Amino acid sequence: MLFGIARDIIGGSALTLEMEEKTTVDSLMAHLQQTYPDFERLASLMIAVNSDYAKGDRVLQENDEIALIPPVSGG
Amino acid sequence: MNFKITDQTINEQEVLELARSENCGGLSVFVGTVRNQTKGKKVVRLEFEAYETMALKKMQEIAEQAKERWNTDKIAIYHRVGVLGIGETAVVIAVSTPHRKESFEACEFLIDTLKQVVPIWKKEVYEDGEIWVAAHP
Repeated sequence: MLFGIARDIIGGSALTLEMEEKTTVDSLMAHLQQTYPDFERLASLMIAVNSDYAKGDRVLQENDEIALIPPVSGG
Repeated sequence: MNFKITDQTINEQEVLELARSENCGGLSVFVGTVRNQTKGKKVVRLEFEAYETMALKKMQEIAEQAKERWNTDKIAIYHRVGVLGIGETAVVIAVSTPHRKESFEACEFLIDTLKQVVPIWKKEVYEDGEIWVAAHP
């Protein structure tokens, strides 16, 4: 799921990727930053899995809900 | 504890009443409103969007942290999404505690922490452009 500037960078509200088995949050992040260099210019970029901020070594599962979280700015 | 993400105008009184408690002598309310300029640049409107399921979960978590730290009684947080005009209410946080000092501190903690961890994004629209707030260093 894509929100805010992440949606603008990718150009859509969702992104479908073919991932290898045992892909981690870190490897997904590396792939995204390589494919979309604009992500490296952001103040931060987090990945959330099933509505929680995920650590880099977390292995992604097939039915996980994955969201890119660019710098938040509520309030 | 009451949390809501809404695309409708927030009734501040409604949020306040959700936090009112007979066990408490203090009820603090923070209302965040849309400012007409940022660093001298005229703002036309704001656009908020949220990752709603996660935003509600994070609101719950920060409210639990406040309860732990200040022994809060009731907490209500409403955040607006969609297009907001100048002066409109973007967020309301209400918190009750037995004594007033804790209610001020808990309220400040809640808005500060909300701005850091709750997945909501604000776009400022100017007369000649727009930016996602805080996106770039």
